[in-house]
Amino acid sequence: MTTTVTPPPPETTSAKEQVRSRLPKSARAGGTLHGGPIAYAILIVFTIVSLFPLVWTAIAASRDTQRLAQTPPPFWFGSNLFKNLEIAWTEANLGEAFLNTTIVAGISAVTVVILSTIAGFAFAKLRFRGRGALMLLVIGTMMVPPQLSIIPLYMMVAKLDWTDQLQAVIFPSLVSAFGVFFMRQYLLQALPDEIIEAARVDGASSWRVVWHVVFPAARPAMAVLGMLIFVQTWNDFLWPFLVLTQSGNPTVQVAVAGLGRGFTPDQSLIMAGALLGTLPLLLVFAVFGKQIVGGIMQGAVKG
Amino acid sequence: MSTRHDTAASPLKGGAAPGRPPRGTASASAKDREERRRKKLSRRWQRDMRWSPYAFVAPFFLLFLAFGLFPLIYTGWASLHQVELTAPTDMNWVGLKNYTRIFDDDFFWNAARNTLTIGIISTVPQLLMAMGIAHILNYKLRASTFYRVAMLAPYATSIAAASLVFVLLFGRDYGMINWALDLVGIDPVAWQDDKWPGQFAVSTIIIWRWTGYNALIYLAAMQAIPQDLYESAALDGANRWQQFLHVTLPSLRPTILFTVVVSTIGASQVFGEPLLFDPNKGASGGAEHQFQTLGLYLYEQGWINQHLGRASAIAWMMFLILIVIGIINYVISRRLRASS
Repeated sequence: MTTTVTPPPPETTSAKEQVRSRLPKSARAGGTLHGGPIAYAILIVFTIVSLFPLVWTAIAASRDTQRLAQTPPPFWFGSNLFKNLEIAWTEANLGEAFLNTTIVAGISAVTVVILSTIAGFAFAKLRFRGRGALMLLVIGTMMVPPQLSIIPLYMMVAKLDWTDQLQAVIFPSLVSAFGVFFMRQYLLQALPDEIIEAARVDGASSWRVVWHVVFPAARPAMAVLGMLIFVQTWNDFLWPFLVLTQSGNPTVQVAVAGLGRGFTPDQSLIMAGALLGTLPLLLVFAVFGKQIVGGIMQGAVKG
Repeated sequence: MSTRHDTAASPLKGGAAPGRPPRGTASASAKDREERRRKKLSRRWQRDMRWSPYAFVAPFFLLFLAFGLFPLIYTGWASLHQVELTAPTDMNWVGLKNYTRIFDDDFFWNAARNTLTIGIISTVPQLLMAMGIAHILNYKLRASTFYRVAMLAPYATSIAAASLVFVLLFGRDYGMINWALDLVGIDPVAWQDDKWPGQFAVSTIIIWRWTGYNALIYLAAMQAIPQDLYESAALDGANRWQQFLHVTLPSLRPTILFTVVVSTIGASQVFGEPLLFDPNKGASGGAEHQFQTLGLYLYEQGWINQHLGRASAIAWMMFLILIVIGIINYVISRRLRASS
């Protein structure tokens, strides 16, 4: 054995740092580079573009329709906001619509989260015959547009006499292939095999493992998935539009879209309705925005 | 997290092995007891190990079969029948007639072309902008969380609300966009009446809602790229643009493919935006069908003209088109991989 000395660790790091400091600025891209004024300018423009239609919805909702039919369009708030919100609320029957949408989105978020967590756990951590094929099926159907199944769904709903009933919207939204995939990806990483083995050694049955180990470990991802599904169900348009009419149990989106129909629609009322339909989710975003952003980014990396 | 696991696991310990002797000093009789206990438990244990995975996936798959997979396949069956909305349970076998009919239908091909062009106009700029924004967000910035949340806000907006707002913004006479164009000396554009402006406006709604979301997905993937790659590229003399080209883009390839696939699927089903963009024309997608998409055409055939069988055939055609696009995607990405 020759006794060639490998350089001691401190020296390597300092050498590396020396190299790094000798590098042109461009070497330190990605994360370590500070953004210049151009970067801020682009981001601010993009932020304004993102937020402007939302702010302008509120401005238009605070005016009357005559003012909206003039140039230049209004850039600041008028005095009609609360009057318009009130009329839109009663005209589009938004009280009932809010209740309906909350029920639908709440039930589907809770169910999807629970079913996705236990199924995701099985796919991530348990061995069973057919696991690969079943997972492939789940991923495969994520690629299929939902429009491919709405006609038989509609036939089912018609046969069950569920038209205009909330269960027509609830049942198809209880399953999410994306949810299973999302939880599987999270649990693969966040749940070490040793913890499950330790619980097994202690004699825990699979159900107790789920209850006492998987659910606590998955809680952050469950919260994010719940919010994503809630947002998605709240905003869903096509299917509720097909099975719920405005007169019977509309969701918020169906009711808001209904405001836009007719040949002389009252624009400021439409904007008031659009604002009311969006407000709850914007509040959710204002409070949990950071977590939702984190969840979307987390779900994206391990694809 | 770990403390939570500990507390969660501790009641199990007490329940499963009462009075287990301390390790290393186990007597023979204790070992025997343990052995018997194991045997008694082992059958239940094996049953648990074998069947509980199925029990865990069963609730999902039962619902999935009923509301996901069965309708998917049944659409194909329905497309071979004459089914009317007025009596959705009466089905008369007509073979491929629904398909030959839509093949001869100019409105079908018009809708297919519109879906393709709206898909391109909305997806390509959206993903390019998302990539640029992600790159900027990857710098060290003040208040970076604020930008991320702000650009995700459109994602929280529903199709219905967003479309109605953009209808006003794109209004011909008093809309803000024509007003702004007038300021720079451009004549007002009839966004709802003309073909390309209409498609552009519909695409704008889609771009507005999804660019921030895609930027976050790219950002996540960029943050997972190891720093050393950039350092060695810089040592080789690569400038920042070359680093982006030769380090960032290749590392992002799977993510890009993912967003392209997801956006393509999304683009194939565009429905609410063109439906609401001209509320009076509704399902026809503008007076001249100029922004009627396949999704809208399916709705028109199925729910306005009440031919559910023909609508099913349109649904399957949409699926076939998606598969073809998927194959093209796959081939292109393989070519790209081979060339690099």
